[in-house]
Amino acid sequence: MSDDASGAARADTDRLAAALERQDPAGEVRPAGPGDAVDGVRPQVVARPTSVAGVSALLAEAASQGLAAVARGGGTALDWAAPPERAGLLLETAGLDRLVEHEAGDLVAVAEAGLPVAALLETVGRSGQELVVDLPPSRLAGGSTVGGTLATGSSGPRRLQRGALRDLVLGATVVLADGTVAASGGKVVKNVAGYDLAKLMTGSYGTLGVIVRAAFRLHPVRPARRWVVATGDPADVATRARDVVTSQLAPAAVELDRSAWSREATVAVLLEGQEAAVVARAREAAALTGGEVVSTPPEWWAALPDDGAGVLGSGEGRPADGVLVKATATLTGVVRLLEAARAAEDTHGAGVAVRGTAAGVLYVAIGPSGGPGGAVAPGGVTASGGSDPAAVAGVVHHLRAAAPSPRDGTVTVLRAPRAVRAAVDAWGPVAGLDLMRAIKHRLDPGRNLAPGRFVGGI
Amino acid sequence: MPDRTPPDRTPGRGTPARAPGPVPAQTHEALGALTAELVGALGHEHVITDHARRRTYECDGLAAYRVVPGLVVLARHAADVATTVRACATHGVPFVARGSGTGLSGGALPHSEGVLVVTSQMRDIRELDVPDQRAVVDPGVINLQLTAATSGDGHYFAPDPSSQSVCSIGGNVAENSGGAHCLKYGFTTNHVTGLDLVTPAGDRVEIGGKAPDPPGYDLLGALVGSEGTLGIVTAATVRLTRLPQEVRTLLAGFRTIDDAGAATSAIIAAGVIPAAIEMMDALSIEAAEKAVRCGYPHGAGAVLVIELDGHEADVAGEFDDVVRLCEEAGAFEVRVAADDAERALIWKGRKSAFAAVGRISPDYIVQDGVIPRTALPQVLRSITELGDAAGVRVANVFHAGDGNLHPLVLFDGSEPGAVERAEEVAGGILDLCLEHGGSITGEHGVGADKAKHMPRMFTDDDLAVMQAVRCAFDPDTLANPGKIFPTPRLCGERPGRRQGEHPLSEAGVAEVF
Repeated sequence: MSDDASGAARADTDRLAAALERQDPAGEVRPAGPGDAVDGVRPQVVARPTSVAGVSALLAEAASQGLAAVARGGGTALDWAAPPERAGLLLETAGLDRLVEHEAGDLVAVAEAGLPVAALLETVGRSGQELVVDLPPSRLAGGSTVGGTLATGSSGPRRLQRGALRDLVLGATVVLADGTVAASGGKVVKNVAGYDLAKLMTGSYGTLGVIVRAAFRLHPVRPARRWVVATGDPADVATRARDVVTSQLAPAAVELDRSAWSREATVAVLLEGQEAAVVARAREAAALTGGEVVSTPPEWWAALPDDGAGVLGSGEGRPADGVLVKATATLTGVVRLLEAARAAEDTHGAGVAVRGTAAGVLYVAIGPSGGPGGAVAPGGVTASGGSDPAAVAGVVHHLRAAAPSPRDGTVTVLRAPRAVRAAVDAWGPVAGLDLMRAIKHRLDPGRNLAPGRFVGGI
Repeated sequence: MPDRTPPDRTPGRGTPARAPGPVPAQTHEALGALTAELVGALGHEHVITDHARRRTYECDGLAAYRVVPGLVVLARHAADVATTVRACATHGVPFVARGSGTGLSGGALPHSEGVLVVTSQMRDIRELDVPDQRAVVDPGVINLQLTAATSGDGHYFAPDPSSQSVCSIGGNVAENSGGAHCLKYGFTTNHVTGLDLVTPAGDRVEIGGKAPDPPGYDLLGALVGSEGTLGIVTAATVRLTRLPQEVRTLLAGFRTIDDAGAATSAIIAAGVIPAAIEMMDALSIEAAEKAVRCGYPHGAGAVLVIELDGHEADVAGEFDDVVRLCEEAGAFEVRVAADDAERALIWKGRKSAFAAVGRISPDYIVQDGVIPRTALPQVLRSITELGDAAGVRVANVFHAGDGNLHPLVLFDGSEPGAVERAEEVAGGILDLCLEHGGSITGEHGVGADKAKHMPRMFTDDDLAVMQAVRCAFDPDTLANPGKIFPTPRLCGERPGRRQGEHPLSEAGVAEVF
C-alpha cells in the first residue's frame, strides 16, 4: 500500500533530491524498496539527510508535495504503535549520528537522533558513565537510535530509581512538518525556562516532529551490582516485590517475570553501589524476598517478554505475528495484573507472558493459541499463522479490567498484526485526547507526520 | 524525617515597583459583567471586589512588580475554578492562578483587568495511598504539610523548595519546583503522575492518575512548569518517596571558591550522587554569620554543605570518600553533624543566607541562573569581574551539584543609579550563564520577570513552537498572559467563540501568531 495506491499525493523525487542537495549536499535520496516498509506501509521515497538543515529542507518539500513523512532510526520498533495511514517519505536519521557533546564532569551528553544508543553508551562508558535507558537487548543490538528510543518512549528496569527516559531528557531539537527547527529545554540538569517540549516529544512516535538532537542526563556507573532472585506463587512474588520497592533498601530495579502458562513468577531485585554496601543490602533483600543473591542478571533481564531464544525456545527471535502490549498499574495493582494474566489464559486460550518493573510498567506478550508449555508460543505459530484476534482482544480487555479505572492502570497495544489491530481497541481510554488532538493540529495541521500512528488516530 | 530544608523566603526587599511590559487593555464592561455573574454563582464572600482587599494580592514573592488584580476569586473547590475560568472564557477576560504567592519571578503577578484565582483555600489532602506511594492533594496544600502527613508512614514529598513551609503544591506544579535535594531526587515534574486540570475554556480534564505512563502525549510533562499558562490545576496526584534510612551532613571550609569547586567536581567524578551539595562564598558566609551566628569555619573563602542519604551501608561508605575528597581538594576544616541538632546548625547558615544579606546591604536582587557544573570556577570569576566593574557587590549562594547559581546582587536603592547598576549586573550574570550553555532560570521560573530574557536563550522559532503548544490549550491566550513569552502574541486560528477583531490586535498591542 503506497501513497499513490491509496489515492494520496505522488512524490516528486527530483524536487525532494534538489531540496536536500541545496541544504545538505552529503544527503541522499533514493526510491523506496520493499525493505523500506513501515509496518506494512511502503513509502515512495527514502531520504538520508546528514544535517538538521537537510531534515528541515526535506520535510518542508515533502509537506509542499502533500507527502506524509515517517522517521526511521534503527528500525527496531517501526511496528510499534499503529501503522501510518500513508508514508510518502521515509526519513532515515542514520546520517545524523554525531555525539555532539559529552562533558564528563557535567554528566550530560548531547547526541544527534541517528546515533545508536549502543554507540552512545560505549563512548560515555569510557568515562564511567551511562544513560540509564536499559533498552531491551534485542533493540540495543539491533541499532536502536537516540531518536527512536525517545520517539517510542522506552524505559527499562532502572526507571524505578533513575526515572523513565522522559525524566532523563534535558532538551530536544525537533523539525516540524513545515521544516521549522525548534529547540526546547537545554543541556543543563536544572532548567525551567519555557515549556518542556522534550517530554511532549518523548513517546510521541514521530507524530509531532522529527527529533534531530537531544540532551540527556547521565549517571555514574556504580562500581558493584548484585541481583536477588526469588521464584514462587505470582501473587506472593508480586507482593514481595512491592515490599522491596517500598523498603529503605534503595533498589535500582525490581523486575517481575511470569512466563506464559506458568504457575510461578520470578522477582529479580538489582542493587547498585559500593561493594560492601551492595553486599549488605543484597543480604537484606534476600531475607525480605526469600531469594538468592547472584552476581549476574537473569537471562531475561531488560528483555521484552517475547524477545530472544531463552523465551521462545528457538533462535529466531520473536514470532512474526507476536502481540506486544504495555500495561501499567499501581504498586498494589501489579498483583491484580499478574492474576489477570493467568485468568485470561484460561478464559481465552492464549499464552500471556508478563515482564517489567514492579513500579507498575510491564510488557505483556500475548501468544497464539496453544497449550501450557512455559513459553509464549511453544512451537511457533498456529496453523493459521497468526494470533487469534478475538482471543487477543479478550486478553486485552481482561487485563484492562484488572485496574479499577484508567487512573490506576492502562493497557495499550504496542505491536500487533493487522487482523489483531482491527479487532482490538489498541489504545483504550485516553484522558485528555482533545488536548492531544489540539497539540497535533497546532504543530502539524496538515497531518503530514506519521498520520494515524498514535492515540485516537492522531 | 530529619529537618533538612531551608525555609529561606527571599523577598527582594525595597526594590522599586515597576510595571511589567505593556498591559493589554481589556474592556471594563467585560470585567463588570463577569463580576456580576461570579458574585451570583459563588457568593460575595468568595469574590473580592473591594480595591483595598484586592490590593493585598498585588504581588507574589517578587515584590518589585505590583499590579492590583481586577477581581479576586477565592476558590473553595474545583467547581469554583471551573465556573470562574468558564466565565472568563465567555467574556474574554484573562485570569491568573495564585497559590501561596511565594514565587520569585512574578508568575502570579495579577492582571489589572483580569481575575486572580486564589487556590489557597483548597487545602485538603484528599487521599494518602501509602501502599501505592501516592497522594492526591488539592492545589493549595502546603508542600511541607504533605511531608508532615506522610512521614509517620515513612514517606515524604521529595521536592523541597526553600519556601516549602509556605508554598503550595499547585505552585510547585506550575513552577516545576526543585529544591536543595533535587540533584538526587529530581524536580516536581518527576513526582507528578496525575493532574486534574481546568482548561482555559473552563473544561475539567483528568490527566494520568496513580499509575505511571498514561497513554498518549506526555501532557503532564507539558503542564508541569508551564507557569499557569495552560490552565489551572485543581488536584495533583504525586509520588510519595520512602524516607532514607540514614542522612549524614557535613560542612567543609575551603580557602577559595576554586578549591570548593574542585571538591564538588571530585565528588561527582567519584560516582557519588549526594542528596545535596550547597556552596556559599565569603560574602554570603559573612552575612549569615552576622544574622544567625552559624559558626562556619573562620577565614573560609567558601563552604560546602554536603548531605548524603540512603541505606546506612551506602551512606557510611560514601561519606568517608566525600570527607577524603574534600580534604584532598584543600578543605582546611570538615565538620560532621553528629545529630539532628548539629545538622540543623549546619543548615542554619545556608537557610538564612538570602535573608541574612539584608544585614549587609539595604537592597538586593536574587538572581537564578544555571551553568554546566564544570564552568563554575570560571563563571564565578566572571561574576566577580562584572560586579567590580560596576562597583556592585555580589554574594553567591548556590546548588553546586547541579550548577544552579543564586547570586545576590547588593545595592542601596537610595543611591542614584544604584538600581540600574544592580540590574545591569543581574542581567549580565544571565548572559554569562547563556554563554556557558546554561539557562536563565533553574527553579524560580520565567514569569513576568524574565520573559524579556527568553529571546536570548531561544530563537523566534523555538518560542513560536512553544506558543503553538500554548495555543492548543488556550486559543484565546487568557491564561496568565504576559508571562514566559516576551511578546504578547495571539493564536492565529481561533475556534468561533470570539467574534470580530481581537482587542489586542485592534489596539496594535499584539501581533497575530
